[in-house]
Amino acid sequence: MSNPKEAIKENSMIIQKEMLGNLFTELSTAKENGKKVVYTFVPGNLTELILALDMLPVYPEINALQSGMRKKSGSYIKDAEKMGFSEDVCTYVKCDIGMMLSGNIGPTGEKLPDPDLLLLSYTGCFTFLKWFENLERLYPGVEIAMLHTPYQEDGTITQDQVNYMVKQLKEDVIPKMEKVAGKKLDYDRLSKMLENSAKAEDLWVKVLQTAKNRPSPIDSYFAGVYYMGPLFTAFRGSEKAVEYYQELYNEVTERLKQGLLPVTPEGEMKEERFRLVVEGPPNWTNFREFWKIFYDMGAVIVASTYTKVGGVYDQGFRHEPDKPLESLAKYCMGCYTNLNLPQRVDLLEYYIKEYKADGFLINSIKSCNSFSAGQLLMMREIEQRCGVPVGFIESDLVDPRYFSYANIKNRLESYFQMLGQRKVIMAQEEAQV
Amino acid sequence: MSKYYLGIDLGSTTSKAVIINEQDEIIGRGITNTRANYSVAADIARMEAIYNARFSILKKNLSKEIELKPQYKRYLADLENIFQYEQFKVRIDKLGDELLKSCIINFQGEKQNTLLEHLRMIRKIIKPKIKNEYIYGNLGAKNQFFRDIVSEKYNEEVNKFDISLFEPLMTIWDKSITAAENEIVNFDFEALIKQAIDLLKEKYHNLPDNPEDIPIGSGTDFDSEMYLLKGDFHNVSESLRDRIYEVANLEFNIANMTGTGYGRALLPFPEDCIRSEILCHAFGAHAVFPDTRTVLDIGGQDTKAIQVDKYGLVTSFQMNDRCAAGCGRYLGYIADEMSISINELGPMAMKAEKEVPICSTCTVFAGAELRELTNLGEKREDILGGLHKAIIMRAMSLIARSGGVFNEFTFTGGVARNQAVIKYLAQLVRENYGNDIKINIHTDSIFMGALGGAMFARRNLNVDLPSAKKARAQAL
Repeated sequence: MSNPKEAIKENSMIIQKEMLGNLFTELSTAKENGKKVVYTFVPGNLTELILALDMLPVYPEINALQSGMRKKSGSYIKDAEKMGFSEDVCTYVKCDIGMMLSGNIGPTGEKLPDPDLLLLSYTGCFTFLKWFENLERLYPGVEIAMLHTPYQEDGTITQDQVNYMVKQLKEDVIPKMEKVAGKKLDYDRLSKMLENSAKAEDLWVKVLQTAKNRPSPIDSYFAGVYYMGPLFTAFRGSEKAVEYYQELYNEVTERLKQGLLPVTPEGEMKEERFRLVVEGPPNWTNFREFWKIFYDMGAVIVASTYTKVGGVYDQGFRHEPDKPLESLAKYCMGCYTNLNLPQRVDLLEYYIKEYKADGFLINSIKSCNSFSAGQLLMMREIEQRCGVPVGFIESDLVDPRYFSYANIKNRLESYFQMLGQRKVIMAQEEAQV
Repeated sequence: MSKYYLGIDLGSTTSKAVIINEQDEIIGRGITNTRANYSVAADIARMEAIYNARFSILKKNLSKEIELKPQYKRYLADLENIFQYEQFKVRIDKLGDELLKSCIINFQGEKQNTLLEHLRMIRKIIKPKIKNEYIYGNLGAKNQFFRDIVSEKYNEEVNKFDISLFEPLMTIWDKSITAAENEIVNFDFEALIKQAIDLLKEKYHNLPDNPEDIPIGSGTDFDSEMYLLKGDFHNVSESLRDRIYEVANLEFNIANMTGTGYGRALLPFPEDCIRSEILCHAFGAHAVFPDTRTVLDIGGQDTKAIQVDKYGLVTSFQMNDRCAAGCGRYLGYIADEMSISINELGPMAMKAEKEVPICSTCTVFAGAELRELTNLGEKREDILGGLHKAIIMRAMSLIARSGGVFNEFTFTGGVARNQAVIKYLAQLVRENYGNDIKINIHTDSIFMGALGGAMFARRNLNVDLPSAKKARAQAL
């Protein structure tokens, strides 16, 4: 295993760090400044609504993954298990609850404020419902708003579904939010924010699509999870987010111009040997080691589904300033884990073909039913449709007990050798023709 | 000069080496138990494979003569057996020294004297016992591992002593066996062969002329070939002598090698000579059975379901994760629980009249379940039947995950030596994937990974796959 050295950071990463730093400072002083705090989840989040009402969002999953990266999740999970949570409960939930029991200290070392509102805007993950039920017990009397998001059972979003969600927003969710915020929603302000959202989303898609180049200037998974941060969390709709994505896009285009490969914590990659599409979230407790196995082997992730959990923007969806509530409704229903299995397989097939991937890899997560259900079926479908070698590894989000470095390395090494061998044979075949 | 290629598969339980010639034919096999020092295990397996290769070349050179004279075949088999004993002898002596040394280091005074006295007694008994079983029995063919053979004999003797000596003698054993096992001895093939020839002379000289005079229980298998050899011994020995020394002096050119298996990263090989065992098992199995599309490998600690294409290249694989229940070590544990040897498990399970359902999710729990079921009056055979079936049921779920069974199905790995596992595998594969599935199990199944490695070595890892050429020719 590698000794973690000081990671090499791109400029956009420094901007992002600053954005996050400011947010956490604002959060730590929220109560003093009379700011209301909303706890909400990443998939189908209503960040623009929260920001337009001058409230501050907190994302428990993000806290959990940050705790995982900071090697704190292990003890948080144990604390939650001591409380009675079973070994089989989602480790994001246990990590979050453990963190709250341990004083709710955020990633910057500052205390996170208690929630004034629990806003559940995506119900595709059943665990989210249970998670907030537990938080309600931890914060008795806290306001709760729930937006029921219909699953895309038939692979489409119907007008009825949109109407159903808009009705909920108008009649229940927004009034509750207004009550907590102590002010009325300013629809012009919301539209302005959605305009910013769409601008940032345009830039984000352009960044993702640079990976179609060979070699790709970015890693869409390991670096992608950093790139997606502002758009998927507290900053969507802000000017700052547009600024961040402009900077990121400039950086990436510059890298592309210079023919540079993705940046890793140990510097630039020197060679792109394999292009992969990855399904499933990464492991957070051993994120750097996990990534290193890939870049050491010259493997670049050219597209991933995890970077679509906060919106599948590259398939055309944009927030619309002139239809604010409709577009928020469509956004909630359109996030990756709300797609049905055939849609997910189609999307993966598109990525493999469009991004000219050499292989398809699944990181199956013990904790996450939303992602893991159906993955074996997806794997077989992809194998048949695309004829690329498929790989399957297992780990967990933030439970360090479920990351077995030796096993994962062994499987990945085998997988990369498989890809390497195939390349040689295919080249020979082509030479024959 | 002929070129040979070496593949080494460092598994979690056993280390295997295979040598192939330029026609991809296996000419040498070596196997030893894996120990903490991987490079010693690899060296021992490699040396054994080279010795075995010399015997293979010898047999090949003499193939015409062997056909005419069956006593030649018997002589060569005996010679190889006794040759193995000659290697063992050196290690037994080494072990004897280590035992005395450990005793002196760990015990003092009167206790030390008592223990030393007993250790000397053990030494005196087990060496001739092993020698006898090698010469007249057929110990070499029964078990190939030094550790297993000597520990069985040692335990036998220790159990005869007073119970108070059991623990100190076992402590001494634990502290001595590793040193004896891990010493690399560079044997001189020619010298060893010479000693083996002399020992064979002794054997046949001592054999009674009449088969009825052989004491019952001596283990001597007095068949017609042996009878022929007994009468013709001197002539056979004299006429083969030169041919034997010719092979003993043959310069052995290993042109390239590949390491695989769990310990591969620890092998002192260049990086491009290290391959994943998944690829090697698939490649080896595909080489032997070219129509194979699905390979199941059950090794010491993992089960792999592998799908391969027409070139023998892996298209996908699934492995057990987080838990190794249902693998070779699981069987080892169960054998220990039942106080029988691992080789007896399969034959006993074959006698099952029914399969008692047993869990395969946890090795340790399965052990507890076994005791419980025995208390409830279930027969050992039936419990073992259930246990073997459970292993396969676990493997079937991995096979399903990897995509199922296509065309021919090949079973590899150490566990493929177990008849009961094969029985349930065939049954369940056919139940699930139809009666038309052809199931291949090769006598060299445990060597498939090493064979695949050797084949990669011969191809210098990337070019000139014969099956690729064949497939191309068919396509044209």
